[in-house]
Amino acid sequence: MSTTSRPRPFVRVRGRSFIALVLVPEPPLEEWLGGLDAQMQRSPAYFAGKPVVADLTALAAVPQLVAGLMEALASRGIRLVGIEGIEPNAIDVELPPLLSGGRTVADGIAASAPEAPPPPPEPASLLLDQPVRSGQSVVFPRGDVTVVGSVGSGAEVVAGGSIHIYGTLRGRAVAGMSGNAQARIFCRRLEAELLAIDGLYRTADDIEPHLRGKPAQAWLSGDSMIVAGLD
Amino acid sequence: MAKVLVVTSGKGGVGKTTSTAALGAALAQAGRSVVVVDFDVGLRNLDLVMGAERRVVFDLINVIQGDARLPQALIRDKRVETLHLLPASQTRDKDALTGEGVGRVISELKEKFDWVICDSPAGIEKGAMLAMHHADIAVVVTNPEISSVRDSDRIIGMLDAKTARAEKGERVEKHLLLTRYNPARALRGEMLKVEDVLEILSIPLLGIVPESEAVLAASNVGAPVVLHAPESAPARAYLDAAKRLQGQTLPVSVPEERRGLMSKLFGRRVA
Repeated sequence: MSTTSRPRPFVRVRGRSFIALVLVPEPPLEEWLGGLDAQMQRSPAYFAGKPVVADLTALAAVPQLVAGLMEALASRGIRLVGIEGIEPNAIDVELPPLLSGGRTVADGIAASAPEAPPPPPEPASLLLDQPVRSGQSVVFPRGDVTVVGSVGSGAEVVAGGSIHIYGTLRGRAVAGMSGNAQARIFCRRLEAELLAIDGLYRTADDIEPHLRGKPAQAWLSGDSMIVAGLD
Repeated sequence: MAKVLVVTSGKGGVGKTTSTAALGAALAQAGRSVVVVDFDVGLRNLDLVMGAERRVVFDLINVIQGDARLPQALIRDKRVETLHLLPASQTRDKDALTGEGVGRVISELKEKFDWVICDSPAGIEKGAMLAMHHADIAVVVTNPEISSVRDSDRIIGMLDAKTARAEKGERVEKHLLLTRYNPARALRGEMLKVEDVLEILSIPLLGIVPESEAVLAASNVGAPVVLHAPESAPARAYLDAAKRLQGQTLPVSVPEERRGLMSKLFGRRVA
């Protein structure tokens, strides 16, 4: 065979739109869950196999209710693919990812929720001034993420835009998650387990050994990822 | 003002219970009133390391469930008068711990003692979460190898996110205790270097405890190593660590190959 030296093909992860059902829980939760139960009794398979998002705007002032709500939904077999409407608590790993940019399609459920007032413009970047520890996942689809500290082995940072790590990147960095091929990854010291930009990724094994431990950046050039030193 | 300290690590077998007993005994010897609390419900060990296993009548779960009052369950150490043990139950599991019950016991202990030292079980499940929940200070016990370091990194993240202090927007004071440090293997480059561990975890160093026969010998006779072999290298490391916990500033020495000689000073502290 003459093809033994061909480079490994890159696996591309593509974006696709689905229509999600949006639940809008509001306090008092017992009452709201009662209403939900009644509707689920009328059409038991309503949520089966459908992506469900919870709009937590009405609970933003009473965040202590959120954990209970998550359990209550899970016990009814409703699995959330995401949440919206509350400030992203980047550290809390218990919640589904925060989504943004959703558009109303049609009335999901018979009981229509009151229209929420337009939210104030949200910041397009997220700054963390402490390390991202192993097991933590920082997901920020709206824009850039800057970490003043290190990203531990087994931690991940996922951003809609670029990722800047002013420390050692030991975990995963996923930039341009929603289809931004211009996004880049920068770090002061590269020890990453995985780098990904707009669906193209490289694992530690595919990163040139001489870049290990060095300041580096990664960007896309066409269909391939370039990783290069910053000096 | 009583301080609640959790000894935690994520990974098992790194020396949490040994360190709990040694730090508790060292603080008690310095004249403070101390209680060490075993949170490893179902797999209790602290009573053995403290040499109190024949004196356990009531335990933490009995107190949480209201079957015994706290003074009935506390065991006073026979060697150091100000040192006490609150044992775990061996016949139950971690589900017997409740957040409300643990909170009640901890606040009652805070009225009686200067230091409440919680010996966390391994893992990141309920027992470990409740052991750290009320902590003001955390001692993160880590061995100089990558799996222990990564587990410690995970635990530090949880100390910053899941404790009562974190929920109030405050910080838990965190310290790194590097245990089972083997100078001979460090010399051969078979272990992570102290600097590397500090760089990865970026919390201040409380002490470096060398791997030693003295630790094993002490736990076999049921005595904290600082009481059983106070001149041994690990005992001195724990005694210094206890002084640092009380606010003293001492340089940290890296144990070296020749036994007992600690000449190379390692004074760096990481913010």
